[in-house]
Amino acid sequence: MSLSARETADGVRSGQRTTRSVVEEVFRRADEVGAGKDGLNIVLHEDREASLREADLRDGKSGASYLVNPNARPLKGVPVYVKDNIATTTLRTTCGSRILADYVSPYDATVVARLRKAGALIVGKTNMDEFAMGSSTENSAYGPTKNPIDPTRVPGGSSGGSAAAVASGMVRIALGSETGGSVRQPASFCGIVGVKPTYGRVSRYGLVAFASSLDQVGVFGRTVDDAALGLQAIAGPDPRDATSSPIEPQAYHAAQHDSLEGLVIGRPREYFPDSLDPRIRDICDQAIERLKSLGAEVCDVSLPHTSLAIPVYYIVAPAEASSNLARFDGVRYGLRLSGDGLEGMYEATRSNGFGPEVTRRILLGTYVLSAGYYDAYYRKAMAIRGLIRRDFEQVFAAGVHVLLTPTAPTTAFKLGAISDPYEMYMSDIFTATANLAGIPGMSVPAGAVEGLPVGVQFLASHFDEYRMFVAAYALERAIAGGAV
Amino acid sequence: MVVGLEVHVHLLTKTKLFCPCSTEFGATPNANTCPVCLALPGALPVLNEAAVRLAARAAYALGCTVHEDSVFARKNYFYPDLPKGYQISQFDRPLATDGRLALEDGADEARSVRIHRVHMEEDAGKSVHDRYAGSTAIDLNRSGTPLIEIVSEPDLRSAADAGAFLRRLKQILEYTEVSDANMEEGSLRVDANISTRGPGASTLGTKTEIKNMNSFSGVERALEVEFARQCALLERGERVVQQTMLWDAGSGTVRPARSKEESHDYRYFPEPDLPPLRLTREWLASVRTDLPELPAARRQRFVESFSLPAYDADVLTATRDLADYFEAVVASGAEAKVAANWVMGEVLARLKDAGIGIRELAARPAQLGVLLAMVRDGAVSHSAAKAIFAQMAKTGEDPAVIADREGLRQVGDDSQLSAWIDGVLAAHPDEAGRFLAGEKKLQGVLVGMVMKASGGKADPKKVNQLLAGRVAT
Repeated sequence: MSLSARETADGVRSGQRTTRSVVEEVFRRADEVGAGKDGLNIVLHEDREASLREADLRDGKSGASYLVNPNARPLKGVPVYVKDNIATTTLRTTCGSRILADYVSPYDATVVARLRKAGALIVGKTNMDEFAMGSSTENSAYGPTKNPIDPTRVPGGSSGGSAAAVASGMVRIALGSETGGSVRQPASFCGIVGVKPTYGRVSRYGLVAFASSLDQVGVFGRTVDDAALGLQAIAGPDPRDATSSPIEPQAYHAAQHDSLEGLVIGRPREYFPDSLDPRIRDICDQAIERLKSLGAEVCDVSLPHTSLAIPVYYIVAPAEASSNLARFDGVRYGLRLSGDGLEGMYEATRSNGFGPEVTRRILLGTYVLSAGYYDAYYRKAMAIRGLIRRDFEQVFAAGVHVLLTPTAPTTAFKLGAISDPYEMYMSDIFTATANLAGIPGMSVPAGAVEGLPVGVQFLASHFDEYRMFVAAYALERAIAGGAV
Repeated sequence: MVVGLEVHVHLLTKTKLFCPCSTEFGATPNANTCPVCLALPGALPVLNEAAVRLAARAAYALGCTVHEDSVFARKNYFYPDLPKGYQISQFDRPLATDGRLALEDGADEARSVRIHRVHMEEDAGKSVHDRYAGSTAIDLNRSGTPLIEIVSEPDLRSAADAGAFLRRLKQILEYTEVSDANMEEGSLRVDANISTRGPGASTLGTKTEIKNMNSFSGVERALEVEFARQCALLERGERVVQQTMLWDAGSGTVRPARSKEESHDYRYFPEPDLPPLRLTREWLASVRTDLPELPAARRQRFVESFSLPAYDADVLTATRDLADYFEAVVASGAEAKVAANWVMGEVLARLKDAGIGIRELAARPAQLGVLLAMVRDGAVSHSAAKAIFAQMAKTGEDPAVIADREGLRQVGDDSQLSAWIDGVLAAHPDEAGRFLAGEKKLQGVLVGMVMKASGGKADPKKVNQLLAGRVAT
């Protein structure tokens, strides 16, 4: 999609282009890049005829009221792909799992309802690691998604399908979800922008839960502005989610006009260990230099509990997952396989319905919550989680506005290259902290290593996405302008 | 016998604990459901404040400390009528703790039971095994309806005390309008923990938990039966095994539950979908201020303000509605003891015969007050008043209207009474002669005859006076 989300909306609003032409372009591009199962395997569900009918309906309805008030439909005619763990009434919601193979939600997730209200069209559901458990989109029951930049490589995960849809130019905005880095890491691997908002900024109602205290819907954009518009449309309090915050969102797109004067950027030393790939370190340091030259103040900071993030994450997340995934029991919806009595039905359904990574995490989570182990694992992990959160709070309280770190320790790796779960888990080493602390983070393309994109990550204080966007807009502009 | 009770009580909210679905009883199966209480993927719970208010009210009525901070937790287990695979409950940070319920008014501590805790939780759905042959059907209308669990300390020492505890608890829950507390309809459920120890022993014996009772008397009987079983075991030198026993009301026996039904590791952990429950001091104070007069206080007031016997106060305060009715009768001018006798007599008899509650009684308290005033003023006889009330109770007509229509007003007019007396004396010359000659015991017979002649309308007091007057002359 050559036009930005903003240009598309303006064009449709002014009548320069029809919604139908926009949607046709999406499908044309999808066919061009091979978004289907035999190609990059980006899209799990779509209904092109229905999408075109919906486009025609929108075109027929173009009332003068929308012309008068563009704010009423900021995403008018903008096509959006949605990760397949976000409930939609129009397309299936399988979470990349066999256990929900034919499941259609009777309700729209709040984020989907808000996108539709903003004028966007949901053109398809994208591939993902099963129940968002993975960092490569290889754990999908429907086969892996391939990275559009190099189809021998993974797009990252778990929101790999949505990242690939944006990276391959099918759309400018796609929704993903984050539990430990599942938007930022694939954004880095695919060379696009990925935002994980503050926990509570975006409603989780309709996001199929993996780990409720960590999950947050995130946004991919081709550009920072695409991502800002997308986040703007879905953010804000929701009475259906008790963990959504009453704090109203800011106008993130306004951040493009702010200068960096007075902005304090912290460089946390724990995110630049000696073992870090020097080429990735260089890209981060170049980004820092660019921001400095634009007026930002940069200082070294320390987040001492960073190294505990992955162990803590792999206790808390599976614990919650083991409980959240209990509802997939074959009783009310989804897969049901018969077995010997009730227990047999449960066993047959769940052991065939869930893939190996999901099974592993359910077992892990069940173990850490069980009698006699709760204190040693879950309780202790929650205590350390508090320390990780405090690390950030202290740094931000000391006057730092935004942190800059690498998004991921590597570039996109080869499909099938990582078979050891623990090695795969380390992919989230720089991102999981933000989920544990509940703070916002985003990945912005900042360079490449051997032709593979590298993103830098901005982290900000709770509900301060705005300053993160100030830094991101500035970095994006600086890189596009070539200035160092 | 050492007994502690765990009582689950349905709260009288219009909607469920975590979604806006109706809690209405008896709807078409699965009609009162939504993505939240069906546990559809992606649905999230949102706490119903009305339920918290009722729970806090119950806790205060039980003398508990209600905590400003409490935490919802997930209790994890698989069951087909538990749609999420976990129940949202409270675990290590319950809503309220440390209450007390007296088994007798003004009782010393020995006759009261400590309340360990009161916490909130959601109910599960229902498995229906007898609807479709060879399959179990699931009805999730009840899924997510709000409950409180009230846990007593093991302070009960007899089955009768357990019954008294439950009856008093039910009364408090009804007075505070927290719950119907109807065990037969399932809005109150009781599990009983019981152990046995010898006289003077201070440590607790091994306990068993009895489930499946469906009436208060069932609880009492089940405790007796289980106590006897435990005693027999101990007397034979055997040990009581900690297990769950199921009461069978039909055969009056207990049997061990399958071990599967008891050995759960619920893997409790704080519910991440709900922030900790924070109640402000102001909010708690408002709940406390809004508490109605509780049964014990009302009983005491009835004895003191109305000079009623304790027995009467007990009967009249059995339900809040009945006590309100009685007080309204008194407020309309009736003398308290007279009103008490009527409410405990005619009114309760009518309710029992008609199988209705006091709210359905057509005769309103002010009308009963008028009727009692008519009796007091001699306008109607006591027996006519009963007849009038019987009609009022059905139709709600005013007593004067009924008295006039049915000709039940008492006649106290001397000339009319004298005419009836003359007639009777003339018709029965033998008795008349003997009576006038001084055979006083015949007066009663003659009064009866006059009453009969008057069709029951004559004021018997006046007839007596007039007859006595004739002898004197």
